Amino acid sequence: MNARDLVAFSAGALRGHRLRTGLSLLGVAIGVASVVLLTSLGEGARLYVTGEFASLGTNLLIVLPGKTETAGVTPFLMGAPHDLTIEDGQAIARRVRSVSSLAPLSRGTAPARRGERRRDVAVIGTTAEFLGVRHIRLQTGRFLPAFGQGSEPAVCVLGSKVRGELFGGANPLGDVVRLGEERFRVIGVLAPRGISLGMDMDDMVYVPVGRALKMFNQTGLARLLLEVRSRDELASAEQAVRRVVAERHAGEDDVTILTQDSVLASFGHILALLTAALAGIAAISLTVAGLGIMNVMLVAVAERTREIGLLKALGVTRRQIVSVFLVEAAILSTAGGAAGLAAAFAGAGLLRGLYPSFPVQPPSWAVAAAVLVSVTVGLAFGAAPARRAALLDPIVALARR
Amino acid sequence: MIELSGVSREFWVGDQPVHALRGLDLTIPDGDYCSIMGPSGSGKSTLLNILGCLDRPSAGSYRLDGREVADLDDEALSEVRRHRIGFVFQFYHLVPRLTASGNVELPMIFAGVDRVERAARVERGLAAVGLTARAGHTAEQLSGGERQRVAIARAVVMGPTLLLADEPTGNLDSAAGAEIVRLLEGMNSRGLTLVVVTHDPDIGRRARHRLRLADGALVSEERGPGAVP
Repeated sequence: MNARDLVAFSAGALRGHRLRTGLSLLGVAIGVASVVLLTSLGEGARLYVTGEFASLGTNLLIVLPGKTETAGVTPFLMGAPHDLTIEDGQAIARRVRSVSSLAPLSRGTAPARRGERRRDVAVIGTTAEFLGVRHIRLQTGRFLPAFGQGSEPAVCVLGSKVRGELFGGANPLGDVVRLGEERFRVIGVLAPRGISLGMDMDDMVYVPVGRALKMFNQTGLARLLLEVRSRDELASAEQAVRRVVAERHAGEDDVTILTQDSVLASFGHILALLTAALAGIAAISLTVAGLGIMNVMLVAVAERTREIGLLKALGVTRRQIVSVFLVEAAILSTAGGAAGLAAAFAGAGLLRGLYPSFPVQPPSWAVAAAVLVSVTVGLAFGAAPARRAALLDPIVALARR
Repeated sequence: MIELSGVSREFWVGDQPVHALRGLDLTIPDGDYCSIMGPSGSGKSTLLNILGCLDRPSAGSYRLDGREVADLDDEALSEVRRHRIGFVFQFYHLVPRLTASGNVELPMIFAGVDRVERAARVERGLAAVGLTARAGHTAEQLSGGERQRVAIARAVVMGPTLLLADEPTGNLDSAAGAEIVRLLEGMNSRGLTLVVVTHDPDIGRRARHRLRLADGALVSEERGPGAVP
């Protein structure tokens, strides 16, 4: 018998039991779809987070005031942390040779006004170095003065969104924006950048760091961003920064230093684990789908006992009977798998439409694994019923009414 | 040519042996028309199953066209059933999801007959049993007599030399039954060996070769012109 006739016969048998076939197809489809969708979610989360941190640049050190203790030491024995000041930054810039660039950063929110238009904006106080450290480009004009220049003019640089909302199509350069009580002359506009590390870089106004501290009445910086000359010097730079800060903070090592690697490593680890856990859950549903196939095939064999007996009387060999049932299982699992994949890709597309910044992309390994597993599971669970069918005693089978 | 010598068949029910056939000697020549009669449990069906290679003797020898059936493996037995033997059952055993045509086509699909040839043979087969108009009907849409005619067309579509019928009229009214007997005898008159197991003495006595079984043994064997030639 040729393959085409075999497939046609098996497909006909499946069509003969639409409800049963439909339900088991649904089972496989759900299994495959959940494997693919859940792993895409996990992968999407991983890609999102690593993408965010990768944009930091590999040689970045972030110095935060205060110590994040993971060792369980009681924090109040250490006293309140010292502020991280501009002077700390200057000392680091002066004394740690491997730091090639340093940008202080403070932040707050202030009402911005220009003529009749007004809104609250996030204000970042920083210096010229910020552009290079955060890999941001100017669209027009120039950026803030460099670090440690002493005098700080009342100038500001606008994120592209703020520019659009305050100025529309007009040229903002040289114009004046009121932030809180003060007037700032616009000297530049940033190129659109989007959301990075949870901050919408386009929806901010950038002013000289000293002015921001004064405006928000802050004594310390939110953080220092340090670019280290080379990757190899990251560790030594971190040590040196700690020493300098400790000297200036009465001997206390009271800052937290993050590197892109450390953040990426811990997040990457957690998210890989998350993906694996999701894949595990999904694999269970795929196994359940396999059991569904087995159940369907066993019922089919029981229900079609007379047909199997007849086939034997007609001279159909055991091998052919096994093939018939295995092909049925294979059709169920491949068709179910295909439907599941289609559903998963549709679901991923829908999620991408709803959350454009979250990269829900079915990973190819998960797609391949889901298809492979569903077919294997289908055949493995179809084998026992097929064998049972082939070994039926034709006389007993035919005697059934 | 069918030759049985000393054929016994025993089943074990629990630890009790049941002797369905006891040392049967029998020869059925090619083209014979043979009826097997006897009360329930006399071994008629067991004998038919052995003749049809669905079952094997526990002891003795069954030679079909000179070949010892006991020596054949499953594959070879399937081959014999496919090409040499046609079955007709009391309950028709049509595949319910298939049409009349589909049922007649069934043995040819598994025998690897090509599509075009299959269609031609289905058409001829259904015409021979007078069901051309019913070709597209499924089993449920056919009457009992029509179903049995489809079953006969299916039994002979592979061109067997031996046609085995197990109570072929057992579920039919007398008119439909007579039609089935006429069809089967028509096959026989074209050279097929016909073996019919029946309870119905009117049908049994039509055969040229009449066997009567009781308790698994041959109690009478008559040859001669049937009651209706």
